[in-house]
Amino acid sequence: MGAKTNHDKFKSDGSLAGNALEWVDARFPAMSLWRDHLAEYYAPKNFNFWYYFGSLAIVVLAIQLITGIFLVMFYKPDASLNAAGVPVAFASVEYIMRDVNFGWIIRYMHSTGASAFFIVVYLHMFRGMMYGSYRKPRELIWIFGTLIYLVLMAEAFMGYLLPWGQMSFWGAQVIVNLFSAIPLIGEPLSIWIRGDYVIGDATLNRFFSFHVIAIPFALVGLVVAHIMALHEVGSSNPDGIEIKDKVDDKGIPLDGIPFHPYYTVKDIVGVVVFLMVFFGIVFFAPEGGGYFLEYNNFFPADPLKTPPHIAPVWYFTPSYSILRSVTSDFVIVLQVCVAGLWLWLVRGTSDVKQVIITLAAVAIIVGMWAIDAKFWGVVAMGTSVLIIGFLPWLDRSPVRSIRYRGPIYKGFLTAFVIAFLTLGYLGTQPPSAIGGLVAQFFSLVYFAFFFLMPWYTKIDKCKPVPERVVYK
Amino acid sequence: MRANVVKRLLLALLVAPTLASAAGAALHLDRAPDVQGDKAALQNGARLFVNYCLNCHGASFVRYNRMTELGLTEEQIRDNLMFTADKVGEPMRVAARSTDQKQWFGAAPPDLSLVARARASGDGSGADWLYTYLRSFYRDPQRPTGWNNTIFPNVGMPHALWQLQGEQVLDHESNHLQLATPGELSTTDYDKQVADLVGFLVWAGEPAAGFRRTLGYGVLAFLLVLFAVSYALKKEFWKDVKKN
Repeated sequence: MGAKTNHDKFKSDGSLAGNALEWVDARFPAMSLWRDHLAEYYAPKNFNFWYYFGSLAIVVLAIQLITGIFLVMFYKPDASLNAAGVPVAFASVEYIMRDVNFGWIIRYMHSTGASAFFIVVYLHMFRGMMYGSYRKPRELIWIFGTLIYLVLMAEAFMGYLLPWGQMSFWGAQVIVNLFSAIPLIGEPLSIWIRGDYVIGDATLNRFFSFHVIAIPFALVGLVVAHIMALHEVGSSNPDGIEIKDKVDDKGIPLDGIPFHPYYTVKDIVGVVVFLMVFFGIVFFAPEGGGYFLEYNNFFPADPLKTPPHIAPVWYFTPSYSILRSVTSDFVIVLQVCVAGLWLWLVRGTSDVKQVIITLAAVAIIVGMWAIDAKFWGVVAMGTSVLIIGFLPWLDRSPVRSIRYRGPIYKGFLTAFVIAFLTLGYLGTQPPSAIGGLVAQFFSLVYFAFFFLMPWYTKIDKCKPVPERVVYK
Repeated sequence: MRANVVKRLLLALLVAPTLASAAGAALHLDRAPDVQGDKAALQNGARLFVNYCLNCHGASFVRYNRMTELGLTEEQIRDNLMFTADKVGEPMRVAARSTDQKQWFGAAPPDLSLVARARASGDGSGADWLYTYLRSFYRDPQRPTGWNNTIFPNVGMPHALWQLQGEQVLDHESNHLQLATPGELSTTDYDKQVADLVGFLVWAGEPAAGFRRTLGYGVLAFLLVLFAVSYALKKEFWKDVKKN
């Protein structure tokens, strides 16, 4: 903001007789918001396919908020049984599906939207990893983004309990029970979360409250922070170079174009294509082959009947696989890994740091002996998500974009993608001996991508980056 | 050299996931004929459901008058199908109370509104499961009901349609079912009746499904037009974005 206020700039007399926009602008930064974030926000002109997913994430967020508002008008968070012996919450969802006018489309949009949100967000994150979008000075954008992902997981998890089907119930039971693996406080903590000894009406009501009030607030707040941070430093691009380094005499980046109208019209095309896929699923395959709406969840929750196979929804399965892969045998492998990491970290640091690192390593290795493997599974699962936020500091490559990186990074990134997809697939399957081994292997690959990054990004042979963006 | 090692490693990574998918024996299900377009079949299915299932199983999310979508009039529904309700707008509840049923059967027979959706799995659709299930009952003197089922071992329900199908026995060596005592219907006719009943349950699982697809074509057609317009708009604006 300059020294001049909007009031000075427009000298509005405060009457509506003149320009209405001027009247508003003297009281609210309408025009400057418009300019700063759209009309004069200069974005690199070389955005490719991968750059659609940011705006698509906002579209999905809007779909979820709006359909959610309408669902809340009819949904009842009540675990008691109705006259026909069906839980009220479950019955209210079917009421929406059958008796509410066009309720089925609202509900399918919301259920498909949940999966769409994760698809879009995963692709958006992958874009960041490919083109180094998280690198300095965009660390905070990345951290806000990681928090959005974390909050989104909480939102999806709590929302999934609400239909009160078998998978809702038992999925929540399994996940909340994870907290009981924490030493000492685990058991009371999980009871405190549930509000009961098992998932019950108290749990349903508090998850409903969190799902429709608390977490959406946090989510929207973080999205605003994410975009504000982005617009503060400006967008990166597939070449991973700063367009602000080459500006014309007016200070406008040579390779920048105003977001509006160029990217608004471009993103509209992306939105329409997205909606085609989205509504293709909503209208023709709302169950998403049992992945978007799990078949078992069409059975009402029954606390007395444990399903033979409890699988979380697909978007949690990579994390779930990592959780499951930490068995008491695998803990030994992890101890060796921690020891290796210690050996590598203690080299050439100050004495104080050496002592701290050694103490931490010893504490973790001893802890792995003393505390149940289940707890370390939870730790591994949490780490697998949180470590994403540390990418800006793990990556030591002189270049940002995959276009100019060497074969080692490309290899590691490909291995990471294969690991992520395989872990995701295995998480949907019932546990098996060979599947368990494969999951353990790919869990190691997953973590190797992050923990070895400071090393392999430094030794990789990078290509020289161009002066200006590549735009064909 | 280094790139070569990386490539070989990646290849190994690509092969590994296929190892993991070789687990879990699949249930063999017969494919249920699709009768969703056949109103007469669905009406027949409704009749079978009301006569053979509704005594114990409710379809508490389906209102009687929703069956007008199967080509029946409210009059026809009231006279021929409605035995457990007074008003045609009421749901298809069981006459017996679920607490009583729990005493009689040990567990309350489940509501069947959504059974065709819930029984879907990687092995086949819910319709396939039901179609196979209703044709897989066999005599088993070791069960309290005298009945067992090949795809639902130790099933709690006796064979409700046994008069139509007759009595099957299981050849434990070949694991094949054989019709020991024929019923009122031939095997082909029985299969046809089961297909109609399953068709009704599929319809009851999501009565709006037909309309959903119809509406879907309209929405996609609209989006196609919108795509053409938005793409032309984008092209027009981006004409002035210079190469350099």
